Amino acid sequence: MSFKNMREYLAWLYYQYLLITGIYVLEPWEKSIFNSIFFAAIAMVIYTSYVFVPIHVRLALEFFLGIFGGQTESTVALMN
Amino acid sequence: MTIIAAPGNLKPHLNGLKREDSRKNAYQNGREKHGPRVGVGSRQHSRQEAFEQPPMYVAVMTYVGYGIVTLFGYFRDFLRAVGIEKCNIAQEREEQKDFTPLYQDFENFYTRNLYMRVRDNWNRPICSLPGPVFDLMERVSDDYNWTFRFTGRTIHDVINMGSYNYLGFAENNADFLKTVADRLQQYGAGVCSTRQESGNLKMHEELEELVADFLGVESSMTFGMGFATNSMNIPALVGKGCLILSDELNHTSLILGARLSGATIRVFKHNNMLSLEKMLKEAVSSGQPRTHRPWKKILIMVEGIYSMEGSLVQLPEIVALKKKYKAYLYLDEAHSIGAVGPTGRGVTELFSVNPADVDVMMGTFTKSFGAAGGYIAGKKELVDYLRRHSHSAVYASAMSPAITEQIIRAMKCITGKDSSTEGIRRIRQLAENTRYFRARLKELGFIIYGSDESPVVPLLLYMPGKVVAFAREMLARKIGVVVVGFPATPIAEARARFCVSAAHTRDMLDQVLHHLDEVGDGLCLKFSRRTPPSRPDPSEETDFEPNS
Repeated sequence: MSFKNMREYLAWLYYQYLLITGIYVLEPWEKSIFNSIFFAAIAMVIYTSYVFVPIHVRLALEFFLGIFGGQTESTVALMN
Repeated sequence: MTIIAAPGNLKPHLNGLKREDSRKNAYQNGREKHGPRVGVGSRQHSRQEAFEQPPMYVAVMTYVGYGIVTLFGYFRDFLRAVGIEKCNIAQEREEQKDFTPLYQDFENFYTRNLYMRVRDNWNRPICSLPGPVFDLMERVSDDYNWTFRFTGRTIHDVINMGSYNYLGFAENNADFLKTVADRLQQYGAGVCSTRQESGNLKMHEELEELVADFLGVESSMTFGMGFATNSMNIPALVGKGCLILSDELNHTSLILGARLSGATIRVFKHNNMLSLEKMLKEAVSSGQPRTHRPWKKILIMVEGIYSMEGSLVQLPEIVALKKKYKAYLYLDEAHSIGAVGPTGRGVTELFSVNPADVDVMMGTFTKSFGAAGGYIAGKKELVDYLRRHSHSAVYASAMSPAITEQIIRAMKCITGKDSSTEGIRRIRQLAENTRYFRARLKELGFIIYGSDESPVVPLLLYMPGKVVAFAREMLARKIGVVVVGFPATPIAEARARFCVSAAHTRDMLDQVLHHLDEVGDGLCLKFSRRTPPSRPDPSEETDFEPNS
């Protein structure tokens, strides 16, 4: 399948989304309802991950570095 | 049939164990030695039937799709109940709102909320002969398929992949139909009586002799309607105190006949000889429930070709089982008579089984003969008994003279009695078309069910949205297909069913395959994960040139 431009490709992707989720059989206003709910859920997931994922990653890194870093220090202290 | 399984490769539906293979080989060797109708190119029929599982995401998304549409169904039902939306479908009257509800079961819910949305793909009105190409009337809907109106235009020359026209006898060639027209002139259109009263024409007896001769049995009886042949004759053969062992995927007419008879019904897994043998053993050893008396009769009901799966019955194994456990066999050859076998005599010929081994052979004339009606054939005592005791014989109107003549001429054509080679040409054309179509579909990468010899080809679509989009796209490309979903198939296995015909030319099949290729890419339907088979050995091809 060759697509003339990006627009056509995106339209085909949207068509696949309609077919796979089964929305294709619904009336247009029902499609809009489902799309808004779905889009809202995705937006919330993105926002939450944007806000919380860096914090969680930083805390996790500190925790694990803290374990190994602390061990090395005390071993060195004992040797001395 | 489980659909949630680990994504695996091709899962051959080998229904015997390893020890069955030795029996299979013995039959195949036996066929080479003494088969009287070995036919053209006696190649080994591979009886391995594949029922490939799709990738996991397909199964999951199918259920997700149904779930979302069901949720919207509940939402719309709520709107209808509250009164925001008008209800277009049947519902209880105001005065009866407190009675037991009539329209609340799942079937009605499904009809209201899923079928009605997409029903423009079914019941399409045809306005020409249902031959290899036909004309459709164009219809549109303004209110999302609750009502239709005709635009007045006709869609011409749509390739017909849905009619049961296996040997191409759905034709209106004046030469071929001359005898039919003569009979219509002579006898009129209706018989106005039942067989037992004054509706027994000489033609009916001629037809019955032809059918018995065609099948290689002693005698046969014909009826006006194929469905009624099953549902009205099984009660005459078995009754209370008998046991019916019926295949999982039997047709509704067989199930209805079995229920009407009052016998005990037990269902064995589709084409699964182990399951059948276990049930037979248990039936013979324990007898009837509670009293433990022996069963009066044990009847095994199977079909020649199962129309939703395209799979063939395992006839030699079943005949061996029935002889061992002394049961009777009822074989419904609705789709396989005329369509399989080197000379079109059905599954008994295909598997080289002696027709006398099958106790009751039943079939219909609707599919391969281009007419209507059914027959039951077997030993003379059986058929004579049915002539007196069958509901169809006593109460149903006899077969119309024109239809009878159509079947007679079709049968004479197939057997070659009208001294032309047209019949055998059609049978070979059908076999070749079937082989070609199935092989190309597998190459393209679709999931196909069933045996390589059956002209019924189910192509799996799975998701409800794709089923509908497929039917509409194919119609836009002027190809008429039949798509089937729940409740005719399991809910997660919706499919498109193609019926290959001898009247299709290689050109038409190529056109259909070309469009299938495009639609398959556009809708992402090529789920098969098999490695495509190598090109068939040229020496195995028949050297019979098809007429294009």
